[in-house]
Amino acid sequence: MPGGDAALSVQDLQVHRGEAHVLEAVSFEVRPRRVTALLGRNGAGKTTTLMTILGLLEGSGSIRLFGEEILGVATHHLVRRGIGYVPEDREVFSTLTVAENLRLAARTPEATQRLDLVHELFPDLLRRSAQRAGALSGGQQQMVAIARAILNPNRLLLIDEPSKGLAPIVVGQVVEALAKAASATTILLVDQNIRVAQRLATDAIVLDHGAVVFTGSMEDLAADADLTQRYLGVAPSSRDSTNGTVKGSAQ
Amino acid sequence: MTTLIVLTATSLGLAGLYFLLSSGLSLIFGLMDVLNVAHAAIFGVGGYAAWIVMDRLTLIEALPARFAVALVVAVIFGCALGYVVERTLIARNYGDHLTQILITLGLAFVIEGLIGGIFSYSPRTIAQPAWFADITMILGGRIPNSRILIFGISALVLVSLLFFMKKSKYGLIIRAGVENRQMVQALGIDVARSFTFVFVLGAALACLGGALGAVYFTGITPALGPNLLIFAFIVVIIGGLGSIGGTAIAAALVAFTQQIVNFYVSTGLGDIAVVGLLAAVLLLRPQGLLGRVASA
Repeated sequence: MPGGDAALSVQDLQVHRGEAHVLEAVSFEVRPRRVTALLGRNGAGKTTTLMTILGLLEGSGSIRLFGEEILGVATHHLVRRGIGYVPEDREVFSTLTVAENLRLAARTPEATQRLDLVHELFPDLLRRSAQRAGALSGGQQQMVAIARAILNPNRLLLIDEPSKGLAPIVVGQVVEALAKAASATTILLVDQNIRVAQRLATDAIVLDHGAVVFTGSMEDLAADADLTQRYLGVAPSSRDSTNGTVKGSAQ
Repeated sequence: MTTLIVLTATSLGLAGLYFLLSSGLSLIFGLMDVLNVAHAAIFGVGGYAAWIVMDRLTLIEALPARFAVALVVAVIFGCALGYVVERTLIARNYGDHLTQILITLGLAFVIEGLIGGIFSYSPRTIAQPAWFADITMILGGRIPNSRILIFGISALVLVSLLFFMKKSKYGLIIRAGVENRQMVQALGIDVARSFTFVFVLGAALACLGGALGAVYFTGITPALGPNLLIFAFIVVIIGGLGSIGGTAIAAALVAFTQQIVNFYVSTGLGDIAVVGLLAAVLLLRPQGLLGRVASA
């Protein structure tokens, strides 16, 4: 039976946005305590998939979180059940300070203790806690967005384009933070930057025009030059086994 | 100079009423995306609630104490009415603007008709403590105490609201929700519950304003609220949706413009000048003085 051992099981998910049939019978599973990369070109349906899992968009089919059906459950209930979300464009509350953004996100008793962890990961946020989030750089806003999501213990983290528009040095910091978060939770990661996905993910799902065209290990995907070129538009790359960095180029 | 001081004091009293009427409207529109056309009619309910207490609650002989009770009763009326309206009429129509407008417009007619049917359309004069009609000299200007009282209560409400919005978790949710409702939900917060709270808060403020409006305008009619609706919307737009500070500034600007133009230019032209002020703000800063563009 699908979804038995999976952290997340999506079966036959269909989503329409206006006239467009954005997701066509999408099915995949995410293994617990793994980072699974959801990849594809622009418009493939990656963000739509994440938003539907989180209940922000309506769809039909089945979505199970650790065996429990969650399709149709209100977003705030899903979040309280342990789904964290880092949206594509950070979506920090620009009129609120950094501290207020974090205070708003804190919903469990553990959040106060985890605030230390957040400040350890992103010391910049502690220094800028009284600053309005709207006045931060893109990288700092991304740190706020990630911090909000990891402030509470999560069973599943949905992360949408964490490296989008960031300077390489900031991307490194973000990846480091996500790698630490990955040690304690399951992550479904969307990222156009294949290098980031390769550094973090062990499993991969590729979407094309709203349908799944590949599920398997990240290594298998990286090894399939034809597939990566056709659906991701990137040249083949390989993982450096000594330090975990990835060689290759994204187009 | 003394005329200007009297005009300023009168303007501040009127600004207080505009603020009480508009702040709730602004929050409801800004957070919930609901255009509540019945909001001004709820203001009228507050006026009549106060009138009933002042007219019938003779058990309390001292008028100042009775007036204090009238204000509390008006606020309770507002809370109850706001809760019932939001739960029964608004909650099931979020996102459907046309239906919201039609329902709240119908509700405004119903409220006005009910008030007229029960209390008649003749003006009712609210009994007031003698102190209200007394004069306080400020910088040579003879200021009626009622104006000072209205401004004082409104200023207290403004400070309390700003404190609430800044320091409380609910205030934080409202400020964040005005900016991006969807993201607030994605943080595990039940926005619908915040909607109910904001609607109740807005109705309570409107009813408090109505009770004070009964004093300001001396006599009240069922059209008291609806007559002010247009100015409430103007204040909301000038101030910026969802901004308490912006609403306060806009209320003062609108009231002052109205009073000054009516007095120095021609009676009646003040209303037109306010529309001119609205047009100028829309041209220069479409999101309002302290408003921001919402993202969801």
